Amino acid sequence: MAPNIAGSPTGAIAAGLLVAAIYFVAVPLAFGDSGYFLSVITTMAGISFISFGVWLTFAIGRINLAQAGFALIGAYTTGILVSRFGVSFWICLPLSGVVAAALGGLIGWPVLRLKGVYFAMITLCITEACRLAALSFPAVTRGAQGIVDLPLPGDLSIFGFVLVPAFEKGARLPFFFLAGALMMAGLTFMWLLDTSRVGAVFRSLRQNEDLASSLGINVAKYRVVAFMVSCFYAGVGGAFFAAMQQNVYPTTFQVIDSVYFMVYCFVGGLEFVIGPLIGTVLLMLSFELLHEFQRYQTVIFSGLMILCILLMPNGVLSIFRRRQTVSGEKPDA
Amino acid sequence: MAQVLLNALVVGTTYALIALGITIIFSIMKIVNFAHGQLYMIGGFVVYYFNVVFGLPFWFGLLMSFVIVGAMGIAMELFLFRPVMLRVKREEVTMLLAMGTAVFLESLALIVFGEKQRGVPPIATGVVELFGARLPTGRIVVIGVAALLIVALMLFIGYTKTGRALRAMAQDREATALQGVNLKWLSAAGFGLGTGLAGLAGGLLVAIFAVHSGAGTAISIKAFLMIMIGGAGVLSGAILGGFVLGVLESVGYALLPGSMTFLVIFLIVIGFLIVRPNGIMGKPWG
Repeated sequence: MAPNIAGSPTGAIAAGLLVAAIYFVAVPLAFGDSGYFLSVITTMAGISFISFGVWLTFAIGRINLAQAGFALIGAYTTGILVSRFGVSFWICLPLSGVVAAALGGLIGWPVLRLKGVYFAMITLCITEACRLAALSFPAVTRGAQGIVDLPLPGDLSIFGFVLVPAFEKGARLPFFFLAGALMMAGLTFMWLLDTSRVGAVFRSLRQNEDLASSLGINVAKYRVVAFMVSCFYAGVGGAFFAAMQQNVYPTTFQVIDSVYFMVYCFVGGLEFVIGPLIGTVLLMLSFELLHEFQRYQTVIFSGLMILCILLMPNGVLSIFRRRQTVSGEKPDA
Repeated sequence: MAQVLLNALVVGTTYALIALGITIIFSIMKIVNFAHGQLYMIGGFVVYYFNVVFGLPFWFGLLMSFVIVGAMGIAMELFLFRPVMLRVKREEVTMLLAMGTAVFLESLALIVFGEKQRGVPPIATGVVELFGARLPTGRIVVIGVAALLIVALMLFIGYTKTGRALRAMAQDREATALQGVNLKWLSAAGFGLGTGLAGLAGGLLVAIFAVHSGAGTAISIKAFLMIMIGGAGVLSGAILGGFVLGVLESVGYALLPGSMTFLVIFLIVIGFLIVRPNGIMGKPWG
């Protein structure tokens, strides 16, 4: 398990590279023929990428339910720019993240003053507000009809040198590689952030904001930065899903998705960078495995989810390793 | 305008019931019940089943909506929240548990109740003319019943022994236990009372609006807006928040196109929380 070797950086990097190589070679070899499995894995990678953002806001002690809203903003940014202005997807992808982060900073500055349940409730409202905004301005977003038939990403080339060839119609592998690359880049950045000084500052915000500010930490600045990074992840993830599904609707990302992002982080374990990934894989895989139960799928799934929380309230990874508990927190019962 | 304000009164009184329920749970357990809207929806369906399917009187159905949804709340407290609260590291887990319950109840409702909109026959006929506005008698009955329930609840919380114990528990659990109050029984009862109110509100509103199995999330969001406006954990704030939202919503629907109303309300609430993060009546919050 990655968390076990996080202590030695070189070991972690080597292990990470190895896992990445196996992932990019073995999965296409094993499931390349089965489009269904490949798209499940692609979706998992994309969703866990967005969940990393939620994890970061957990790290500063905020329960972020706005993630789906910002993912929707990212999806619409890409959808509108690609369909109306013919902007290349490769410009839209980071740009969607930037737009989401900018809006996140704007909204986050005042909203982050709220704590605990207040923050959870207001961010839930933000997600719903994004959906309503998409419905309310049909001139820009085409309302409930949504933006459909988005063209597939073209080629990415610098000075005539083609880095990524244009995506072919019906091909699932390009999206698999894109999602995998995003997920690994996202995870690496989160890990670097978590182990850096900034990561320590973020954790100090979770434990006690007043104490942190008494040490000269600009609390307001750091929490907005964390929130903006989280929104950037949401925006990029949203743009990815817009391109993959080739359409954007106001319901593409909604309140329930925000809840799921949060659940994935929880089930994986909030004390581990890799938690969101583990949670996403476990829960989405079990959701797919429940497919044969048809209309009972969601009931059984949510039942399992509740059971998960009942049996392992501190996350799945808490079984493998218990990080030294920090002041004020009770150790595992 | 009189029409709009009367509509606001109808919606506001029932919203106040919803907000009171979520506030009782929040103040005694420090749990935000994300499944509140789903319990409201179940309350509506209970009335529909007793009244339309089994052919029993509406009022009996309303009573049952309180009893059944209240019992569900007690079960939730005993079997879900209590065991988890005993052994979690982070308080957020209870919130997550409530969300999981919400998803569970909603998907279960979809299977049991189906997708159709369900309503009940009018509980009273006729129209009353009031300040130039026309108001169906049924709506007046709903206002009256909801107002009566609110008064009864406030009297119960304010003057009975159980009500005092509930308030004491909201202030300080340990000191309350030292006075010989059985906290285990009381917190389950308080949770049941809160969810029962959600069931009652759902049962009452089904007489005016139809209910469907996906109605929960929207109601939960409205409940959050109400307690954010009024101030979480304060009963008077909950009632006030219910009425403020009722007025905002009725005025909005009269002036703005459909989906715009709540977008504007969200912006107003976010703006309001910047000025007063604890709501109108709320105390400074941890």
